[in-house]
Amino acid sequence: MEKIKTLADLKRIKENVQAKIELRERSERPGELVQVKVAMATCGIAAGSKETMNYFIDHLDKNGIRAVVTQTGCMGYCYAEPTVEISKPGKEPIVFGGVTPARAEEIIQRYLKNDELVEGIIPVNYRSV
Amino acid sequence: MSYKMHVLVCGGTGCRASNSQEIIARLRESLEERHLDGEVQVIATGCFGFCEQGPIVKIMPDNTFYTRVTPGDTAEIINEHVVKGRKVERLLYKDPREDKSVSDSKHMGFYQKQLRVALRNCGFIDPENLEEYIARDGYAALAKCLGEMTPREVIDEIKRSGLRGRGGGGFPTGLKWEFAGKYRADQKYVVCNADEGDPGAFMDRSIMEGDPHSVIEAMAICGYSIGASKGLVYIRAEYPLAIQRLKIAIEQARACGLLGERILGSDFNFSIELRYGAGAFVCGEETALIHSMEGARGEPTMKPPFPAESGYLGRPTNVNNVETLANIPVIITKGAGWFNKIGTERSKGTKVFALAGKINNVGLIEVPMGTTLREVIYEIGGGIKNGKKFKAVQTGGPSGGCLTEKHLDVPIDFDNLLASGSMMGSGGMIVMDEDDCMVAVAKFYLEFTVEESCGKCTPCRVGNKRLHEILDKITRGEGEPADVDRLRNLGKVIKDTALCGLGQTSPNPVLSTLDNFPGEYAAHINERKCPAGRCKALLSYVIDPRLCIGCTLCTRACPAAAIVGNRKEPHAIDAAKCIKCGTCVEKCKFKAIFIR
Repeated sequence: MEKIKTLADLKRIKENVQAKIELRERSERPGELVQVKVAMATCGIAAGSKETMNYFIDHLDKNGIRAVVTQTGCMGYCYAEPTVEISKPGKEPIVFGGVTPARAEEIIQRYLKNDELVEGIIPVNYRSV
Repeated sequence: MSYKMHVLVCGGTGCRASNSQEIIARLRESLEERHLDGEVQVIATGCFGFCEQGPIVKIMPDNTFYTRVTPGDTAEIINEHVVKGRKVERLLYKDPREDKSVSDSKHMGFYQKQLRVALRNCGFIDPENLEEYIARDGYAALAKCLGEMTPREVIDEIKRSGLRGRGGGGFPTGLKWEFAGKYRADQKYVVCNADEGDPGAFMDRSIMEGDPHSVIEAMAICGYSIGASKGLVYIRAEYPLAIQRLKIAIEQARACGLLGERILGSDFNFSIELRYGAGAFVCGEETALIHSMEGARGEPTMKPPFPAESGYLGRPTNVNNVETLANIPVIITKGAGWFNKIGTERSKGTKVFALAGKINNVGLIEVPMGTTLREVIYEIGGGIKNGKKFKAVQTGGPSGGCLTEKHLDVPIDFDNLLASGSMMGSGGMIVMDEDDCMVAVAKFYLEFTVEESCGKCTPCRVGNKRLHEILDKITRGEGEPADVDRLRNLGKVIKDTALCGLGQTSPNPVLSTLDNFPGEYAAHINERKCPAGRCKALLSYVIDPRLCIGCTLCTRACPAAAIVGNRKEPHAIDAAKCIKCGTCVEKCKFKAIFIR
């Protein structure tokens, strides 16, 4: 590791390495952050949910949105894969269907940044116990 | 691209003993096979505290907490959880109270009431990676002290925080630093007391294993405030992993200039060396510790002079315990005002406790001062094992006392524990149930102190031996009524006259059990009975002739040939020959043999 000779060095290193544990720190308090759950069962993966998940991980950061991106199992909407459930702090979760990277970008720009609803919302028709 | 998932595996001593290193290796292998090693990072962390359920594997960001993982489970974790996003149900923690599985550590009773200050990085960062410590604000406190604060201001901040020594004594840390700062000398020393000697306590070891840089940073801050340029860690040789992690951390800090000369561009120089102890209990006492470091016998000497005036090699020396030091960087970065809002009137902050004994969740916990014993034992500890009844909890190790049911709602802090007849000590908590005999427990702790007494002063060397003999006599059923007063008087004399903390506290287990369980002593002495059924000499094995069918199984199993009787006729045990091993009770298929 490089020498840390001044306070400025220490601060610079901290900024550089912060990202390495950011994921862990965010996971400690998911309720305060945007949560993105990508359905990653066989059907989802076949429909490209992996690319969608990676797109969210990279582009949420680039847009300065602090979020926790996790994968879940099949949500049952196999006709609308890749499906993604998004919860903003203090709001009901919304499920989006057919989320390609292009749609993911739209969700980031319109729903997450400006609270506008976009097309492709799947009405949640079940209750969980 | 950055990692999208972190797999944290406990690399503390407890989990390593159950193969966590192999778990780490296997996880990395399976990830490589599937070309996921660029997306998923496996990190060996320090102790998560939930040792009962180890080895622990925690997956972030979804916070899934897997318990009792074996190397054979790794493929399933990767295939199911990492690849398909399905939790491996059978490895999740089962809440014993509700019998359902909990996937997220946030929802476990064990973690809900905890507030982790000293253990903030344990189980969260890789202890062998300086960058991860820096990412968690590491060395920011040292930088703040060197850049913005005078030594006097640092001491005042620590004084204002109300931090008290976590090694047992509870002496105000800021005051201790002030004394050491006052004396002038060509060389002063900062000593970290890592001679954790209480049986069952392992918080210091876990901090050094899980977050070694926090101890190093705190020692440097102390050095700056009292004007010392040398630090020494006195650590017992039985802690090989803690030694290894400390060595790595010291080397890392030195290599990048956080230890050494002109640290962070200031005029402050500081270096740290390790000193190994051979594991004598008395060497946790600061004067004995200093003598041991000097190469002399580990025996305490009279105070004053206090080490602050004349310590290591006759120079002003400040000795702090590991857990105390681990609190320092947080106090500096977050401020004394943040710290002194946690806790009670006269005990600020949090305390780490090592839960052990007859409790469901054995492990390491950290709670704000003022939490009650009931919360610790029932909510965090999950209650008593096998649904038995709570009887007592021993706090403060061999120097502490036993607390009972009536103390369960006492808020735990230094003063309340003392007032209840026990002490904080280093934070060991051993829980006992209805099957434990309190006379035998007192005898067990005395055995330890007799063994560990250094022999320098008579009250401790001879007095404890006599206490032990009387207790032994009582457990053998040869006690006499006057023994109770003898124990009490002798105990008080030892407390008042012994030279150091070891002797001044060693009668506590006896005195507190006498106070809280007088009936058990009376039963042993007057009725020659052990109510808990522990003291062998007071038990007798008896065969119920109505239940015995004369199968001869016990006769053949008895190693002492103490059971007589003809086939198909009730047998009998010859009490004179019986060695009370319990083999016959185990063998009998008709439950005809019982203990009286």
